[in-house]
Amino acid sequence: MSLTSDHVKRVAKLARLGLTDAETTETLTQLNSILDLVDQMQRINTKDVVPLAHPLELKQTLRADEVTEMDQREKFQNTAPQADDGLYLVPRVVE
Amino acid sequence: MYEAVIGLEVHVQLSTNSKIFSGSSTDFGAEPNSQASLIDLGMPGVLPVPNAKAFEMAVKFGLAIDAEIGQKSIFDRKNYFYPDLPKGYQISQFEKPIVGPGRVLISLEDGTKKTINVTRAHLEEDAGKSIHDAFDGMTGVDLNRAGTPLLEIVSEPELRSAKEAVAYLKVIHSIVRYLDISDGNMAEGSMRCDCNVSIRPEGSATLGTRTEIKNVNSFRFVEKAINTEINRQIDILEDGGRVIQETRLYDPDREETRSMRSKEEANDYRYFPDPDLLPVVLDDSFIETCRVNLPELPEARKARYISEYGITDYDAGVLVADRDVADYFAEVANTSGEGKLAANWVMGSILAELNQTGGSITNFSVTARQLSHLIGRIKDNTLNSKTAKTVFEALLAGEGEVDAIIEFKGLVQVTDTGAIEVIVDEVIAENPDQVANYRAASEDKKSKMLGFFVGQVMKKSQGKANPQAVNQILSSKLSG
Amino acid sequence: MSDITDLSFSELKKMLQKKSLSSTEITTAFLDRIESLNPELNTFITITRDEAMQSAKNADKAISRGTATAYTGIPIAHKDLFCTDGVLTTCGSKILSNFVAPYDAHVVSRCKAAGLVSLGKLNMDEFAMGSSNENSYFGPVRNPWDKTRVPGGSSGGSAAAVAAKLTPLATATDTGGSIRQPAAFTGTSGLKPTYGRVSRFGMIAYASSLDQGGLIAHTAEDLAHGLGLIAGHDSRDSTSAELPVPDYTEVLSDSLAGKVIGLPKQFFDANLNTAMRNAMDAVLDVLKSLGATTVEISLNHVAEAIPAYYVIAPAEASSNLSRFDGVRFGYRADKPTDVLDLYERSRSEGFGSEVKRRILIGTYALSEGYYDAYYKKAQQIRRLIRDDFNRALASCDLIFGPSTPSTAFGIGEKNSDPVSMYLEDIYTVATNLAGLPGGSFQAPLVNGLPTGYQLTGPAFGESIILNAAYQVQTATDWHRLNPGGL
Repeated sequence: MSLTSDHVKRVAKLARLGLTDAETTETLTQLNSILDLVDQMQRINTKDVVPLAHPLELKQTLRADEVTEMDQREKFQNTAPQADDGLYLVPRVVE
Repeated sequence: MYEAVIGLEVHVQLSTNSKIFSGSSTDFGAEPNSQASLIDLGMPGVLPVPNAKAFEMAVKFGLAIDAEIGQKSIFDRKNYFYPDLPKGYQISQFEKPIVGPGRVLISLEDGTKKTINVTRAHLEEDAGKSIHDAFDGMTGVDLNRAGTPLLEIVSEPELRSAKEAVAYLKVIHSIVRYLDISDGNMAEGSMRCDCNVSIRPEGSATLGTRTEIKNVNSFRFVEKAINTEINRQIDILEDGGRVIQETRLYDPDREETRSMRSKEEANDYRYFPDPDLLPVVLDDSFIETCRVNLPELPEARKARYISEYGITDYDAGVLVADRDVADYFAEVANTSGEGKLAANWVMGSILAELNQTGGSITNFSVTARQLSHLIGRIKDNTLNSKTAKTVFEALLAGEGEVDAIIEFKGLVQVTDTGAIEVIVDEVIAENPDQVANYRAASEDKKSKMLGFFVGQVMKKSQGKANPQAVNQILSSKLSG
Repeated sequence: MSDITDLSFSELKKMLQKKSLSSTEITTAFLDRIESLNPELNTFITITRDEAMQSAKNADKAISRGTATAYTGIPIAHKDLFCTDGVLTTCGSKILSNFVAPYDAHVVSRCKAAGLVSLGKLNMDEFAMGSSNENSYFGPVRNPWDKTRVPGGSSGGSAAAVAAKLTPLATATDTGGSIRQPAAFTGTSGLKPTYGRVSRFGMIAYASSLDQGGLIAHTAEDLAHGLGLIAGHDSRDSTSAELPVPDYTEVLSDSLAGKVIGLPKQFFDANLNTAMRNAMDAVLDVLKSLGATTVEISLNHVAEAIPAYYVIAPAEASSNLSRFDGVRFGYRADKPTDVLDLYERSRSEGFGSEVKRRILIGTYALSEGYYDAYYKKAQQIRRLIRDDFNRALASCDLIFGPSTPSTAFGIGEKNSDPVSMYLEDIYTVATNLAGLPGGSFQAPLVNGLPTGYQLTGPAFGESIILNAAYQVQTATDWHRLNPGGL
C-alpha cells in the first residue's frame, strides 16, 4: 500500500500534528519507505492466528474501591501552561 | 406518514467511592480539579488500575436485564482530542464489553408492554467538564469528573416514539436505582442520554439517516428533544431535502436541536486494546456472588405489592418505579396495615407534592412513620378525610407530630350524635327553602340534594363531624 | 588505588561497607568527573549536584548510625524518562523541556528507598525513539570510545555515562533494543528484564506493551544487585507481574556445565559480517570452555520482527503521546488562536521529526480500514514470534546472538534514512515482542570499538542470563576495557 499526500494530511489532522506542505511532502516519502518495510509482514500467512496483545497473557487484577488520593491541585498546576481559579485554561471551545 | 426509529445510549455514572482507574474521590461538587489525581490528569508515566466495584456493579446490571455477562472483557482506547479528555483517549470497551445482549420490559400508557433489546453495556471513564462562561475568550477545564466510572447502556433502535424512549429510560433509571449502582440524578449528570433518531415512511424496512442528540439530561427533555428532532427531520423530507448524519445538541430554551460544530468532523476513533491493561476475567463465583446479592427488581416488587397489599396493577406500577418511593410506601403499608389507604396517600398527596416541588422522597418532610400514624388515626375514626388532609398539610409544614397537631388544632372527629343533631337542627332551621325542595323531590334526586346539607353541617362543625353520622341524622330528620 | 570513578557498583558497595570511602567522597568524585566530561559527551540533561550531595551526606549519616541498607550511598543516574519528583523530566523532548515531574517513578522511589544517590538525569532519544541518541532535543550524546560516533539509543546517555565512568549504574529502558544496543556500542553490560518484571509506573511510555525498565552498568554482578533493587510487583502497574524477586547475586557463581546455548540460524547467516562473527565466536569459545554446549535453533519469524515492531510500537506511541497537548503540562505554542491551533502547533513545535513520523505511522496503522492489515496483522505475527521463542527455549537454556549488526556508526551517518536506522534493532526487537529478558554484554573489540553479545532467556529467567554473563566476565577482561583519551 502506498500513501498519498492526502493520506498524510488526514492522518496528521487525526494526530493533531500541524504539517507544512514541504513537511507533508518529505514525510510522505519517509512514511512510504517505512510502509515498504512494514509490508514485509504480508508475506506471512496469519490466517487463524489469534492476535497477541501482551506477551505474557496474564489477567487483570482489580483494585478495591477506596479513595487513596488527596488533593494536590496546587502542586500539579505548578506545571500547567495556563491555569486560573483552579481550572486549566484553553482558548475558547465552541460547542 | 412517518415512523420514528429511536435508539438510546444511556450513560450511567456508577456510585463507586473512587474512580474507575484511580483512587480519587467521585464526590460531586468539589472545588475544581481538587479530585484530579496524577492518573486523572493523564500525567506522563501514570498507569490505570481498574476498580473492582465498577465490575460488580456492571455485572449486577447485566444480570438484572437478563444479559450475557462478558466473562473476559477488554479495555480499549477510543482516541480523540478534546480539552476535557486528558489523555487524548478515553478508556472504554469496544469489542468485548462486560455486558452483552439483554432486554428490558417497558409499559406503555395504553397498558401494553413491549420488550426492548439492549445491545450491550460497557464500562468506560467519564471525561472532565469544560466551563465556557467563566473566562473571557477562554474555556476552563475541570477534571474532577474525569475518570468517574460510567456504564454505557446501548439499546437496539427499537423505540418508535419519544414516549417509548422515555418509558425505556425510566425503566433503566428504575433498575439502576434498585441495584443501587447509581444515584441516577439526571440534573447532576449522573445519568445522561444520547438519542439516535431517524425517520422513515411507515411500513418501510430500511432505516433513514440518523442524527445523534448528545447529552440530554432530563426525562422531559428527552421527550421534547426527540419530538423536536422528529419534526425537524419530517420538515426536511417534506421539503424534498436530505437528513445529514451528524451530532446535534438540544437547546431547551429555544426548544430546538442544533448541529454541534465541534463534533462536525468525521471521527476515526482508532480503537485498539489498551496495552496498559490486561483482559479482565471474571470467574463464575464472582458472577454468582453478584447474582445472589441482587436485590428485588421493580417487576418482581410490583407483583409482590399487588398480592401483598391488594393494590391495582396500575398503582403498583406507579409505586415501584422509584425504589425509594416503593420503600416508603411499603413502610407505611406495613406499619399501618392499610395497603390501599397507603397507596392512595402516597400516590395522591406525596407524589403530587414531589412532582410540584421537584423534591425527593428520601428527605421528604413527612416521614413514613408519620404518614402511617395519620392513617391509623383515620382508621380509628379520630380523623375523617378532610381533617386528615389538614393534618397532612401541618406535617408538611413541620408543625409537629400527628397527635399533637390533632390536639392543637382541635381536629378530633365529632362522633357524638347529640352534638351532631344540634348542628343538623340548626342547618334545617336556617335553610327552609332547601328543606322544602328536598322534601318535594323524588327519591333519586334526594340523594344528590343531601350533599348540600352535609356540606353545611361539616362547615359548621369545622370538618370534625363524622360524615357517616351526619348522613344518617340528616336523612332521618329531613324525611321527618 | 585506582580512581574512585573506576570502581564498579559492586566494588563501591564493598568500599562503603568497609568504610574505606564515604558516600560524600564517592559522590563528589563522580560529580566532578561529570562536570569535566559532560560538556563534550552530553550524557546528562540535568545534573542534580546539590540534591546528590545532600543525599550523600544523609547516606553517610545512615551508615555511621547503622541504619543503612546494603546499597546506601552508591551513586546512580536515571534515564530522563523516569519521573523524578521536583526534578526536570524531559524525555529528551522539547515538549517536556519545562516539565518538573510532580512525583517519583516506581523505579526512582525504589532506588531512593535503598539509599542510592541520584546524580541526575540522562540524555536519551526523544521519547525513547531512536537507536543513536541523535533524536534528542538536548543534542546528541557522543560515544566515549570515539566522539565522532553515536553511543546507540535510545538509552545512549545511560550507556555513555557508564562507559565514561560518570556513574557506576544507570537506569535505562528497552522497547526494541534501547538498552542492549547502546550497551554493545559502549562496552557496557545492559539488562532488559522480562516484560512485567519492573514496574512501568512513572516511566514515560513509548510503547506500553513493549517498554521495560532495566539497567546499564559495568558488569553482570552490578546488574544483579541493581535488578534486585528495582524488580518486583507494583500494584500501580497492571502489567507488573506478581512474582517473588529472587536474589540475583546468589546464582552468579553457579557453573555453566551442562547449560545449553541456542544459536538461532537466522542470526548467524550471511548477513553477519566476519568481524562480528569472529567476536561472537570468541565469546562462544569461552562459554564452551566453561562447560556450556551449543545447539542450533530456528526462530522462523524473526525476519518479520522489525516490520511487526514498526507497526505495534508506533501505534501504541501514537496514542500514548496524545496526552502531550499543551493543556495540563509541558510546552504550549505561543498565542494559540483556538484549540485546534493550540494542539497542532504545540505538538508540531514540541515533537521532533522521528517522534512525529512514528505518531503518523501509528495513527495510520490504527485508522479505519487499515487496522486489520497493519495492527491486527502485527499482533498475529507477534504471537508467532513469541511461540518461536518458547519452542526454542524448550530445547536450550539461553539464546545467544550478536546485539547489533556492527560496531557504533558515525554521528549523522544514518540520519537521512529512517529505515536503515530501524534495522539497527534487527537482533533485539524480537525479544521485546516476546516479552522475554535479554542482556547485552561485552564481547571483544572490533577495530578498537566495543561489540556486544546478547543472551535471551525464558520469561523471568534473568538469573540464568546474569549467571552466564558473570561467568564469561570472570574468565575474560573484555568488560574491563576502557575508552582511552577521556
